[in-house]
Amino acid sequence: MRGLQWFNALSAGATPVEGLPDSLKVADGVLGEQAVRFIAVVTDANNRFPRARNGEVGLLEGWGLAKAVDEAIEKGDKRPLIAIVDVPSQAYGRREEALGIHQALAAAADSYARARLAGHPVIALLVGKAMSGAFLAHGYQANRLIALRDPGVMVHAMGKASAARVTLRSVEELEALAASVPPMAYDIDSYASLGLLWETLSVSQIEQPTPDDVVRVSDCLVHAIKDVAQPDLKGRLGATNRAASSHVRQLLREQW
Amino acid sequence: MTDLLNKHSFVELGARQRAKALLDAGTYRELIDPFQRVMSPWLSRQGVVPQADDGVVIAKGSIAGLPVVIAAIEGNFQGGSLGEVGGAKIAGALELAAEDNRSGIPTRAVLLLETGGVRLQEANLGLAAIADIHAAIVDLRQYQPVVGVVAGSVGCFGGMSIAAGLCSYLVVTREARLGLNGPQVIEQEAGLEEYDSRDRPFIWSLTGGEQRFNSNLADRYVADDVAQIQQTVSALLQQGAPHEQRSRRADFYLARLAELDATVQIEPATVRALYQGECP
Repeated sequence: MRGLQWFNALSAGATPVEGLPDSLKVADGVLGEQAVRFIAVVTDANNRFPRARNGEVGLLEGWGLAKAVDEAIEKGDKRPLIAIVDVPSQAYGRREEALGIHQALAAAADSYARARLAGHPVIALLVGKAMSGAFLAHGYQANRLIALRDPGVMVHAMGKASAARVTLRSVEELEALAASVPPMAYDIDSYASLGLLWETLSVSQIEQPTPDDVVRVSDCLVHAIKDVAQPDLKGRLGATNRAASSHVRQLLREQW
Repeated sequence: MTDLLNKHSFVELGARQRAKALLDAGTYRELIDPFQRVMSPWLSRQGVVPQADDGVVIAKGSIAGLPVVIAAIEGNFQGGSLGEVGGAKIAGALELAAEDNRSGIPTRAVLLLETGGVRLQEANLGLAAIADIHAAIVDLRQYQPVVGVVAGSVGCFGGMSIAAGLCSYLVVTREARLGLNGPQVIEQEAGLEEYDSRDRPFIWSLTGGEQRFNSNLADRYVADDVAQIQQTVSALLQQGAPHEQRSRRADFYLARLAELDATVQIEPATVRALYQGECP
């Protein structure tokens, strides 16, 4: 519910965008003095696809996000896009695989990336889970990633149970290992050490933001928008815990 | 019989041989080759032996005389999973190809995708690298085609299936599988009744190359034959950008999904019928 709470709080007074799946909340509003589009994926107990009823990013959500972002691009005003991220996972199901959920998520990533290249500042605000394929489709193409500082805010490639099964470990072994290897950890501080976040913020009530929380986060979003100077993702490189990513790029350039 | 003897399997080749097989003779040049030993900084501390190329081969050369960079994933190393180094090799190569185009050099890209997606031992750095790869494909695609090939035998899963969905063109064989979630993970998350990961015919009927091609989720369906794959990739590279990028057809797919009866479990034939017509 965090995603919906933050969407409602930040987009108070904004104009809802219609014609999208019910699992998407999209509205055109104002941040500072700037027209922006807010986008969130939320739970929808009546979702036609049963495996996508708890806020997962599935077929309708992937294609719907693409549509919501494309419409913003078509406006031609390069308005910033604010992706409010609280996505527990992609949808896992037979219908999803059969109908090409990978293509739906590609559409969402495609639209966000094109928006960024077209000069829209794209900002992702992490208020809950930002998991795997769901995050790749909704948030990870942003110029700037901002995370609220809270144990419930986490970025990861796979849930613990599945990760344990695939790597042939027990959940306990996985947790012990994750604690000592920063890219494997589930907490937001370890994630921050990879250099991928532009900012982390503390708020007083993450589940139900207070007016002060909303002001604080809005201010941070405004600063992030102003900070965007380049359309690429180079701002994420440079952390010690991500040194190999820079080293590889340097070698490729030398040998190119 | 002559036909059989003349065929050379592409699937049986490793990543390096595949890249060589596609490039014009004598033009293959590998970047960050294994002798430079740029390895994963994360695997050994977890008791996994790293590999000198981290399972990714980056090669420059030409195809039909056109400048090309190939990124080939070695499915035999850690299931073709992408960690920090391998992911950065692919993302960095695509970024430089886009830069080439901005300075007037028309470098194209071919991705040979045999991958389970993120390497879980490097979880968040793999995921971040895959986001970079997505960004770079969308950037490069503005200038030149990016051709993805899923030949088999690993298939293409996880975040890299999204990368496949971003390619200008996607080539598959009968041995290929393409899907977001690996069968084991779906079974773990959704239960055996939803998805039986041990039922191979079932998995292939939904996510196999032939089904993907017949559902318009892939652009070319080819035999497991070096010459045919080489010719197909070469033709696509010369073709320029597609008429319409599949990942940009939200209205079409939303309309088709709206027509589907989602209350019943799905069959492969339903997908083929639903997505037919108006080939992207």
